[in-house]
Amino acid sequence: MTLGRPDHRLGRVLAVDGGFAVVRGERGDYRVAAPPAWRAGDLVDGETVVRAFAGDDYPGPGSEVARLPGLRMAAMVSRGKALAALRGFFADRDFLEVETPLLVPSPGLEIHLDAVAAGPGFLITSPEYQMKRLLAGGFERIYQVCKCFRAGERGPHHASEFTMVEWYRGFAELDAIIKDTEELVAHVVTAVAGQALASYGGRAISVAPPWPRMTVRDAMRKWAGVDVIGDEPAADLVAAVRRAGIEIADGLAWDDAFFTAFLARVEPAITALDRPLILEDWPVPLAALAMRKPGEPLTALRFEAYVGGLELANAFGELTDPVEQRARFEDDQRIRRERGRPVYPIDHKLLAALAEGLPPSAGIALGFDRLVMLATGAPTIDQVLSFTTPEL
Amino acid sequence: MYDTSDIRKGLKVLMDGNPWTIIEFQFVKPGKGAAFTRTVFKNLLNGKTKEMNIRSGEKLEPANVDQREMTFLYKEAGDLVLMDQTNYEQVSVSAEMVGKAADLMKDNLPCTVLFFNERAIDVALPTFVFLEVTASEPGVRGDTSGNVQKPATVETGAEVMVPLFIRVGDMIKIDTRTHEYVERVAKTA
Repeated sequence: MTLGRPDHRLGRVLAVDGGFAVVRGERGDYRVAAPPAWRAGDLVDGETVVRAFAGDDYPGPGSEVARLPGLRMAAMVSRGKALAALRGFFADRDFLEVETPLLVPSPGLEIHLDAVAAGPGFLITSPEYQMKRLLAGGFERIYQVCKCFRAGERGPHHASEFTMVEWYRGFAELDAIIKDTEELVAHVVTAVAGQALASYGGRAISVAPPWPRMTVRDAMRKWAGVDVIGDEPAADLVAAVRRAGIEIADGLAWDDAFFTAFLARVEPAITALDRPLILEDWPVPLAALAMRKPGEPLTALRFEAYVGGLELANAFGELTDPVEQRARFEDDQRIRRERGRPVYPIDHKLLAALAEGLPPSAGIALGFDRLVMLATGAPTIDQVLSFTTPEL
Repeated sequence: MYDTSDIRKGLKVLMDGNPWTIIEFQFVKPGKGAAFTRTVFKNLLNGKTKEMNIRSGEKLEPANVDQREMTFLYKEAGDLVLMDQTNYEQVSVSAEMVGKAADLMKDNLPCTVLFFNERAIDVALPTFVFLEVTASEPGVRGDTSGNVQKPATVETGAEVMVPLFIRVGDMIKIDTRTHEYVERVAKTA
């Protein structure tokens, strides 16, 4: 709040007290000497009341001003700055901003993502299928900022509707995407916070590139005491997790056993780091849409970027082989069916595009809301959203 | 059975034969992984806590725990005897269950008793009790600085540190969690 900024003329009086008023103007809240006629709730232009507030007791519960306290408004201003900085970043690197549909017939088959049904189809859980078709069509550097929807996801880091930043580089390897990520985060955080210091959980984390890297297997060995191979039976992994002293139920699937150990030991250790971490070389059962690492059939070309324990982005060296892609889709469908989850149709147009030929490509999806949390120090995703679901 | 969507603070579950209550929980979902609920449990028998990540869809067994409002009757050889006013059932529990607060318990004090498999495992006292001071040396005149306290005995026999202005016959409010004086209150005839 600034004191009597002369460039503010229009605004709403939030409070009048002792001859002064707090006014919410277009650039934030400020304090001025209050003319005698001013009452809380009035819209003012200079000293003139242009629209007197009809009720009394402003702002009442349920008013928009009460819903948006100063901190939340400041977060929205930061969010706008972050978005502008992000678009500038990609423009400087010759990326084309694209828009692909949010309403699609095949929302993606990832085992742990449920889509929101909408009319004749589903809302996207990520824009990747259509963006890959654009790559097959010949675009080399594309990015998109769009809403994605994931049913049932609600928590301090999750909102069912959220904003994704997704970008791809054709004829490029994963290293180029790591570099993009480091530079983008540093650029956006600097634009918002004034320096390359993210803030999370009350701690400052330098996001200046380059970021430390670690393989998933090293992280699991170092922090969880679990050796992960990649093709061991699920029961063996469950036993290894239990030997490491982590409580785990019998009969868990491979991925659930992995994440039980990961959440118990690895994620808390990453959270305690004072630098971001690129967690790379994921075991192949967690490959999703990543290709296998050449010469290492049990390892996928995939990385995740963590900052302050917040999982910020996930990247793949993109799987371009239509035969393997189809096999993975069919596996995903089978597993979804076995687990009683909705089974979505395979996107045959994506498979056709892969068959037509996707250049060697790398791509990444980054949670924009989480990036704003890091840039502003907001502890929950709700604080960087203009509206949460219960507010609608 | 409970499911992860039932998880909330205060839910009582059975694990390893022990009753646990949930004191914290949070939705977590690693990329490409299942949703888990990071849950902190407190053992209702020994107060120990533990954190577990429970995968969505996993089941939790409800603990056969129930709470009953009972009134304190009397102490007997290290035990507290309480009665359910609705059916006049009496239960006897070790005074150790309430710790030092046992000496703040007056006849007819309303308490909440927690039962696990029909056995009383915990007694919760009201946060505050109101007791009359039955003995205390008069305060030293002139020494009125706020922090100076003196011992006082209340009607249950408990000794509590009170400010110097408290006199015999005053009614005082005491925090049962800390065993500390809170304020002097008007006597309700």
